[in-house]
Amino acid sequence: MEHVKCECGHVNPHGTAFCESCGKPLADLGEKPLLDMRYEGSARRSQTYKKTMIDQIWAFFSSVKVGVALIVITLIASVIGTIFPQQMYIPPNADPAEYYKQQYGWAGKLYYELGFNNLYGSWWYILLIALIGVSLVICSLDRVIPLYRALKRQGVKRHPRFLERQRLFGVSHVSDLDKTMAVLKERLAKRRYHVREEDGHLLAEKGRFSRWGPYVNHIGLIIFLIGAMLRSVPGMYIDRVMWIPEGETKEIPGTNGRYFLKSEKFIFETYEKGKDNEVFNAAIDRVGNGMIAKNYQTNVVLYKRVGPVIPGAKPKLEKVKEYPIRVNEPLEFDHYALYQVDFRLNEPKAMSFQLADKQSGKTFGTVTVDLYDPKESYNLGHGYRVELLSYFPDFEFDEDGNPSTKSRVPNNPAFVFKMYAPDRPKGEVSFVAIQQTIEPFGNNKYKMAFAGLQTRNVSGLTVRRDFTLWILGVGGAIFMIGLIQGMYWNHRRIWVQRVNGELWIAAHTNKNWFGLKNELRRLLDGTGVMMPADQLENEKKAGQGGQAHGTA
Amino acid sequence: MVQLSSTLLYIAFVLYLIGTFFFGGAIRDKRKERQEKDRWSQLGISVTIIGFLAQVGYFVTRWIAAGHAPVSNLFEFTTFFGMMLVAAFIIIYFIYRLSVLGLFALPVALLVIAYASMFPREISPLIPALQSDWLHIHVTTAAAGEAILAISFVAGLIYLIRVVDQSKPSKRTFWLEVVMFCLITTLGFVIVSTAFGLSGYEAKFTWVDKNKQTVEVIYDMPALVGPHKGELMKESAGRMEPLVEMPAIINARKLNTVIWSLIAGTALYIMLRLLLRKRVAAALKPLVKNVNLDLTDEISYRAVAIGFPVFTLGALIFAMIWAQIAWTRFWGWDPKEVWALITWLFYAAFLHLRLSKGWHGEKSAWLAVIGFAIIMFNLVAVNLVIAGLHSYAGT
Repeated sequence: MEHVKCECGHVNPHGTAFCESCGKPLADLGEKPLLDMRYEGSARRSQTYKKTMIDQIWAFFSSVKVGVALIVITLIASVIGTIFPQQMYIPPNADPAEYYKQQYGWAGKLYYELGFNNLYGSWWYILLIALIGVSLVICSLDRVIPLYRALKRQGVKRHPRFLERQRLFGVSHVSDLDKTMAVLKERLAKRRYHVREEDGHLLAEKGRFSRWGPYVNHIGLIIFLIGAMLRSVPGMYIDRVMWIPEGETKEIPGTNGRYFLKSEKFIFETYEKGKDNEVFNAAIDRVGNGMIAKNYQTNVVLYKRVGPVIPGAKPKLEKVKEYPIRVNEPLEFDHYALYQVDFRLNEPKAMSFQLADKQSGKTFGTVTVDLYDPKESYNLGHGYRVELLSYFPDFEFDEDGNPSTKSRVPNNPAFVFKMYAPDRPKGEVSFVAIQQTIEPFGNNKYKMAFAGLQTRNVSGLTVRRDFTLWILGVGGAIFMIGLIQGMYWNHRRIWVQRVNGELWIAAHTNKNWFGLKNELRRLLDGTGVMMPADQLENEKKAGQGGQAHGTA
Repeated sequence: MVQLSSTLLYIAFVLYLIGTFFFGGAIRDKRKERQEKDRWSQLGISVTIIGFLAQVGYFVTRWIAAGHAPVSNLFEFTTFFGMMLVAAFIIIYFIYRLSVLGLFALPVALLVIAYASMFPREISPLIPALQSDWLHIHVTTAAAGEAILAISFVAGLIYLIRVVDQSKPSKRTFWLEVVMFCLITTLGFVIVSTAFGLSGYEAKFTWVDKNKQTVEVIYDMPALVGPHKGELMKESAGRMEPLVEMPAIINARKLNTVIWSLIAGTALYIMLRLLLRKRVAAALKPLVKNVNLDLTDEISYRAVAIGFPVFTLGALIFAMIWAQIAWTRFWGWDPKEVWALITWLFYAAFLHLRLSKGWHGEKSAWLAVIGFAIIMFNLVAVNLVIAGLHSYAGT
């Protein structure tokens, strides 16, 4: 590698714009009146080496222009994803191909065909995010290493050409240089500047750590992205749904049979006039009484299995705790969390019938059929008995006109009973469905009279375990720290030098020039030193225009 | 308590209006030099601070009455956003002492609060998903972040009014007029809503929605566009018949309101143009002729530098923490979430362009305007047009 030796004796890496130590411009800067202080003029790999393929890839990703382009493309893609609902928000039983066309016409059809219905999970969107990640790493490495080097090696004494090419620069004639320097040094230290002195020259600096802010927040972002990526690693992330009816105990999915849950009760409450704070009355009136949800809650008992798992045998359970699961208050245990997300009210659980004489209306006992676990035979005593020949939980007639069931969920239960009585020893067959009774073998003496429906509520719970959360948390925290570090502090430097018996002052900040100027004004007040001029403003006033010099 | 709360908000509104005039006076005061403290500005900022305290009073009393922070529906959130806008202005004012900022920031805050008042103002009870302390933490921080970013827009607007050459029409004058037109149309919306609200206009329609169900809808403005297969109901006989019928997938009532607002906004704008005999931005130009451009540019940037971390914390980080607790996942690509991400990406691009590509001055000012447009889109359109999990905020 080629090195550039400055006249001050400092050896700079190839590609340095001005000497790391004394600031003398090394490259020909032409007529440019001000130095570009971004990255301290240090030699960045991307700007210096452009020969090999790796150099070019490096240069490509280290460009802020490319980074911003990636951000803007991601931004536009994200906008497109919000035009119509994403597939995860359409009704779960709808066929997406049909749904988009039906709901949104040709635009919806096009949206679906272009794959925008699942935009955020598409390979190209994920690729965009990944490219931003690569850009973050390369951009940061390309800049932070030379910047660190340059700031660490900066000398106190600067070349006059460095000073006069700073945005804030002024020359003063003071009667007693030594005294003025001493006053300034004291005042700078009082303002919590870190002051270094060398051969009677001063370099006052504060807030250098804010220069690392962008790199810290980029590290945070990268950790966050890695965390998000790890989610697809098996075992890191569990997301299951669990439907549990009141009164039942079930294994919690995703726990490999280690945990069981019992639902004691599901509670659904709404806001009601008279019961709740009366300031809500107007809002309740507008929507309707009992229409605004107040609480979804499942009272549960959590059990842990003890002893070994024996297939087929009933597990031995040990109570862990009771807990009311509410929205915003998930049950947390052993890295798992159980959330209240859904419910079904008043699901049929059991149906009751009375065996009755059709003519006299006299009844001979009640039969209660558990719709999930029906018995085959029900003995009513005194010679009365009912057999359940067939049970159709979700009754319909199939294509051939025979009774069948659509599902095992008791949405529309139907039964075929055989009724035995002392005077009907061979039994009578009756087909009983909701709102109808068929007697297939002629007129019966007895009937099964509907006597009631038992219902229960079912809670829909989500089971989550996410081992990536802490990584995301760490990433987010580092990002915030870096952001605040970079945004709420600024790196200010003030050079005070004696040049040919004059007092030269130059100052630089990476942002908030207004604050720096105010600070200088207060610093120089009453010292007889002239306030340095803002060369950028003067340049503009002179009518030359031109963009301001950015610094990072 | 509720009555007191409304009165305090009303007082705050009037005080912001008076404050605007005082800041206007500060501009016209020719004697003013930067070092000299001028009376107009002092009056202006004092009135603004008293107004802000009145609005804080509104916020606190409403909180006490409701039992939860008043940030749970569109009216409450938008009003709070207006309050944070004033707070952000006060802070920035004490850093930079720029009176002209008040002349533009306060009217924007006034518009925001007036716009908010057009939505149902009753105190609504919290649905289960909102019953969390994170409601207060997430929503207030996000609103504060957006408000500080809005100050960047105000400073950017001042910069553009000052710097855009009005002597001949150009792309720049056109887009600046578009910004003016949008602000005026917001005023138009407030005016038509208030006018029809005061007159008690109501027309009930039955219509057929996209699931082929017959439902009712109440228009509170005369129907220029009617709902799909809409028919006036008996009790509304004699009300205006719609001129055009909309397909079922379009919410005709909301579109109708938008059209009325545009008509009112256009009428106002044309009137202004006729009165002023020049572009609106050109008419505002004399107000900003003494403005220091570099300082305005710096304020615009500083507002982003201060606001961006607050926005990130409130609208993304706190949002994710709460989403993990309430909705079982920290991120779900809900439209509101996506638009918060879009806002964040936009300001990230803004900062990179400014820091590394040297996009200062006018370019940066245009970006600040676009940024505010994105924030407003997220506040208005995403709530009212794109329904999602956050849509309860828009009823």
